[in-house]
Amino acid sequence: MNKVVADANEAIHDIQDGAILMLGGFGLCGIPEKCIAALVAKGVMQLTCISNNAGIDDFGVGLMLRQKQVKKMISSYVGENAEFERQLLSGELEVELIPQGTLATRCMAAGYGMPAVYTPAGVGTEVAEGKEVRHFNGKDYLLEYAFQADFAIVKAWKGDTDGNLIYKETARNFNPLMAMAGKTTIAEVEELVPAGKLDPDAIHTPGIYVHRIFQGTGYEKRIEQKTVRKKHP
Amino acid sequence: MALTKEQIAQRIARELKDGFYVNLGIGIPTLVANYIPEGINVVLQSENGLLGMGPFPFEGEEDPDLINAGKQTITTVPGSAFFDSAMSFGMIRAGKVDLTVLGAMEVSEEGDIANWKIPGKMVKGMGGAMDLVASAKNIIVAMMHSNPKGESKLLPRCTLPLTGVKCVKKIITDMAVLDVTDKGFKLLERAPGVSVDDIKARTSGKLIIEGDIPEIQF
Repeated sequence: MNKVVADANEAIHDIQDGAILMLGGFGLCGIPEKCIAALVAKGVMQLTCISNNAGIDDFGVGLMLRQKQVKKMISSYVGENAEFERQLLSGELEVELIPQGTLATRCMAAGYGMPAVYTPAGVGTEVAEGKEVRHFNGKDYLLEYAFQADFAIVKAWKGDTDGNLIYKETARNFNPLMAMAGKTTIAEVEELVPAGKLDPDAIHTPGIYVHRIFQGTGYEKRIEQKTVRKKHP
Repeated sequence: MALTKEQIAQRIARELKDGFYVNLGIGIPTLVANYIPEGINVVLQSENGLLGMGPFPFEGEEDPDLINAGKQTITTVPGSAFFDSAMSFGMIRAGKVDLTVLGAMEVSEEGDIANWKIPGKMVKGMGGAMDLVASAKNIIVAMMHSNPKGESKLLPRCTLPLTGVKCVKKIITDMAVLDVTDKGFKLLERAPGVSVDDIKARTSGKLIIEGDIPEIQF
C-alpha cells in the first residue's frame, strides 16, 4: 500500500475532462491550493465542482473559473467572486445553489454509505422544487441525495503515510466530509509524517478514506477579510 | 431619530440570556457581539465550525486558518471547540442553538424571510441561512425598516425568493421592535423620536398597535 505521491501534478494526473470534483475549504480557508494550481496548469475542462464557495477572482476555485474550466458549480455561497457572478448571469456557467448544511450533509451521507437524507432546509422555497417532501413529527423535510464524486480533493494540516489526517482550526470545515465522499480521495497536507507518528486519538479522517497524499510546500493561505482590533496602550 | 446600526445591535443584545448559544449572521448581527450585557455569558457559534468565537485578533496576529462565517479573521475564547460543517449544521438542525440573528431584504407578516437572491441581479447564494431559519428555535431579524428606495421591508407577502417560511419571531429595525404574531407585526417599541404614525407609514404589512408604545431606552 503506497498512498504517497510526489506532488500535486502526480496526485491529479488521471483527472480528465468532465470529472465531478469535490473541493474542500470554506472561503479561502482550508482549500487545496496546490491541487487547484495543478488543475489550472493541466487545463482539464468541463468540470463539475462541488465546493462551498467559488474562491475569489484570482485565488482558489476562481482560478479555474477564470479559465472557463468549470461547467457546473454546486455551492452554497458565491458572493465574493465577480467573474462567477458574470458567468452565472450570462448563462455560461451552470450553477446549483444549495443550503450550506445540505451541502455538508450530502457529502456526509456519501461517506457514511447512505443514499439520501431528510433535511428541513429549503422547505417552502425554490430549493424544494421537484423534491420529495416528507412529514415527520409535525414538520416538513426535503429528501436530498448523497453526492457522487469522482474525486474529492482536500487539504489537511498534518497527515501520515497511511493517509490519516488532522485539520487545523476552522480550516477543517468541509474537508473531512469530502474526504469520506470521493471515489478517489486526494489529500494535500502541510506536514507529512511516517505512519505511527500521529496520535491515533487525534485523527479526524482515518486513512481508509484517503487514496493519495502529498506534502505541499509554500502555502499562501490567503486571507479573504483581514479584520483586526487595536491594541490599547 | 432612527437607530444607528450599532444601536440596533445594542437593542438586540438585550434579548440574550445567560447560557445562550447564539449564531450571528453577517452585517448588523455581527455587531451584537460588542454589546453583550454585563453578567450574561453567551457562546457564539460560527457555522464554518466553531463554538466560542472571540473578538478580532490584534494587528499582526491574524491566523488564516481561523475565520468566521463572514470569512473575517477572528480569535477563540477559552472553552472553544472546532468541528466540521456537518456537525455544525447538525447542532443547528437539532435545535441546540438558542438564538439566530440575521439580516433580511424582506420579512412578511407571517414571518417568511427573503435574504438570498434578487432574480436577474444578485445571486450570492443562501450560505447557511436556509438551514438556520429552518431549524432555529428563535430567530431575530436585524434590518433597516425600508430599503434604499424608501420602500417598506415589512410586507404582507415577500416578493423576493424565500429563504424560509413562517420562521421569524422578532424584528428589530432602525425604527421599531416588532414581534411576528399570527395576526401580523405587533409593535412593541419605537426608536426615540420616531412616532407610531411614522412606523405605520413605513410598514406595508399588517401592523398591530395596542396601547402606548414605549420608546427604546439607551
